[in-house]
Amino acid sequence: MNRFLLFRNILGGRRPATAGRRGADSPPLRLAISALALCLATSPLAAGEIWVSNEKDNTLSVIDADRFEVTRTIPTGERPRGITFSRDFSRLYICASDSDTVQVMDPETGEILHDLPSGEDPEQFVLHPDNRHLYIANENDAVTTVVDVETRKVVDQIDVGIEPEGMAVSPDGAIVVTTSETTNMAHWIDTETRKIVGNTLVDARPRHAEFVKNGSELWVSSEIGGTITVFDVPTQAEKAKIRFEVKGIHPDRIQPVGFELTDDEKTAFVALGPANHVAVVNAETYEVEDYILVGRRVWHMAFNGDKSRLFTTNGVSGDVTVIDVASREPIRTVKVGRFPWGAAYRP
Amino acid sequence: MRAPALFLAAIAALVSAAPARADLAVPMAYLRLLQDRPPVLSNLDPHPDDLGLAGAELALADNVTTGRFLGHDYALRLIDLAPGGDALAAARAALAQTRLVMIEAPAADLIAIADLPEAQSALLFDVASPDTALRDGDCRANLLHTLPSRAMRADALMQFAHARRWDRLALISGSHPEDQAFAEALRSSAAKFGLKIRAEATWAFDADMRRNASEEVPVFTQKLGDYDLLLVADELGDFARYIPYNTWRPRPVAGSEGLVPTAWAAPVEQWGAAQLQGRFHDLAQRDMQAEDYAAWAAVRALGEAVTRTASADPATLRAFLLSPEFELAGFKGRALSFRPWNGQLRQPIPLVTRGALADQAPLPGYLHQSNELDTLGLDAPESRCEAFR
Repeated sequence: MNRFLLFRNILGGRRPATAGRRGADSPPLRLAISALALCLATSPLAAGEIWVSNEKDNTLSVIDADRFEVTRTIPTGERPRGITFSRDFSRLYICASDSDTVQVMDPETGEILHDLPSGEDPEQFVLHPDNRHLYIANENDAVTTVVDVETRKVVDQIDVGIEPEGMAVSPDGAIVVTTSETTNMAHWIDTETRKIVGNTLVDARPRHAEFVKNGSELWVSSEIGGTITVFDVPTQAEKAKIRFEVKGIHPDRIQPVGFELTDDEKTAFVALGPANHVAVVNAETYEVEDYILVGRRVWHMAFNGDKSRLFTTNGVSGDVTVIDVASREPIRTVKVGRFPWGAAYRP
Repeated sequence: MRAPALFLAAIAALVSAAPARADLAVPMAYLRLLQDRPPVLSNLDPHPDDLGLAGAELALADNVTTGRFLGHDYALRLIDLAPGGDALAAARAALAQTRLVMIEAPAADLIAIADLPEAQSALLFDVASPDTALRDGDCRANLLHTLPSRAMRADALMQFAHARRWDRLALISGSHPEDQAFAEALRSSAAKFGLKIRAEATWAFDADMRRNASEEVPVFTQKLGDYDLLLVADELGDFARYIPYNTWRPRPVAGSEGLVPTAWAAPVEQWGAAQLQGRFHDLAQRDMQAEDYAAWAAVRALGEAVTRTASADPATLRAFLLSPEFELAGFKGRALSFRPWNGQLRQPIPLVTRGALADQAPLPGYLHQSNELDTLGLDAPESRCEAFR
């Protein structure tokens, strides 16, 4: 469907793409460029894309997940951080932190369709499995805001700890977790009542949370604590703690942030921030098996469609490292904008 | 002796909607021995009335939010003493309220307060004195320090100069005791890192440099000969601002002006610092300074210790704060902790200009057998502090 739409635009007599600056405010030009990129793709299948938010450029970089090239650079609001697609990938939600809004983008055209009321300084969010409710961490306000993306209204705000950031939703949608960086807690929110049903302490400065293994475990990374805490979800009890140690790097520099698990959920990849490495963790024994050198200050990551490649955002070096998942080797570096932060896959 | 002027004011006890579990009260006090400040030449950077205190207020709000989830009720009471008042009476008044006290006071008063019988079971935080002796032979077991010592700041600057191979230094120092103390810290640090201070001069002008800096400073700095970096020790912010660009030789300036080693300043924004800066600005309507950061760190360190130990007992909190389990996320890229040999808060030292962060010490390559942060200031073998042993 994509290609037809784009092709029609070209036949419709739009201006051809030029090699120069891609107009930030001229959707037709951007369409032409992405169409060209698609035409050039060697694979008969539409190449998947990795979308990356560039925190200090106010842009998104779209990377062709097969060719490892930036095919589009799209302007956003100020300081884009968390990004996530709707379930059908027809909408992209963008936390534009310094614009104090969540922007809704048509990923085909790169056009901002509208803004959602998000509360102040949205940093990360999760889309509930109902595809309708966004749970947003408002870093400056110590609240989690719940927004209905259809009515575009705030339906609730829940008081949490200072500097909420990490957001996770259980696969059945029953629980949302917000982690707060300065309060050092995971707050467990019942999505029916939208009340906090548990507060569990984690190590210093929690940054990212995910439900894994069919929602039986919650993982929370702590940047300053240098650990991932694994919780047993039914009891909210701490089950394991994952620690990291990279030869030649002081423990203080090992700061776990984003992480992702492979499809079989037997292996986790953990970004270690200024340690400039991604850890490969056995998700069953919680032991670290390997460390992969990536760019500087690695934040977050996203897999491609078949999870054969992992793309990490490296904030300080302004690039994305492509890791071959099978061999656990970095295979390519892709230059993106300044301070790349969030990453999301789109088929 | 005139009657002590004591002002008592409760700042906040904003505990709301505490959950139905056993509440733990955590009363804290903030004691200020207000000082008369000598006049300075420029009016550009006024001394905020709430310097330090505003940081404590922000940390209190942070602690209150966390405490709400755990049933911990924090309160902070301000006790001000006018210049010339009875410091020990004010300290006793604070200690009658609580055994957890943040103190802004000169070094001699801090020692006297820490030695009070009432203070022996208390946990005191020096949030404003950079005096190196308080971390050395004059240390007290019940007194922790959250502002970096002058030695830590000097070491941060010397690491930078050394890394740049700016080996030849010159030094201009002011005549206040604080200026002399910082100059001495710079001299020891230069020796520690193998740098040479080749020439020194003392600032003793009484002219108004806003009018004739361009005439006086070139002549004044001509006699310093050649050097790579000009150090200026002007802790009160009096004359140093008139030196850059007016030196006889075209050389960078560092110390109290130019490139400044400090616990905190407005250009610090990495490591989530932008969030702390933003919250502070919302609260105080001004930029956060080093003293604000030190007071914030003290109150937050207490909050973190209460959170982890579920206790408000000074001895329990002190033991936790000095243990390897304690770590404070201080928005400077590394966990902050206390040195168990002298109670100093370990912390990176930003090196800032008025507009940007130039670098942050410890710089890469300055290694330490246990913690790189201990390349700044008095390390265990150097410190003559016995009280913590």
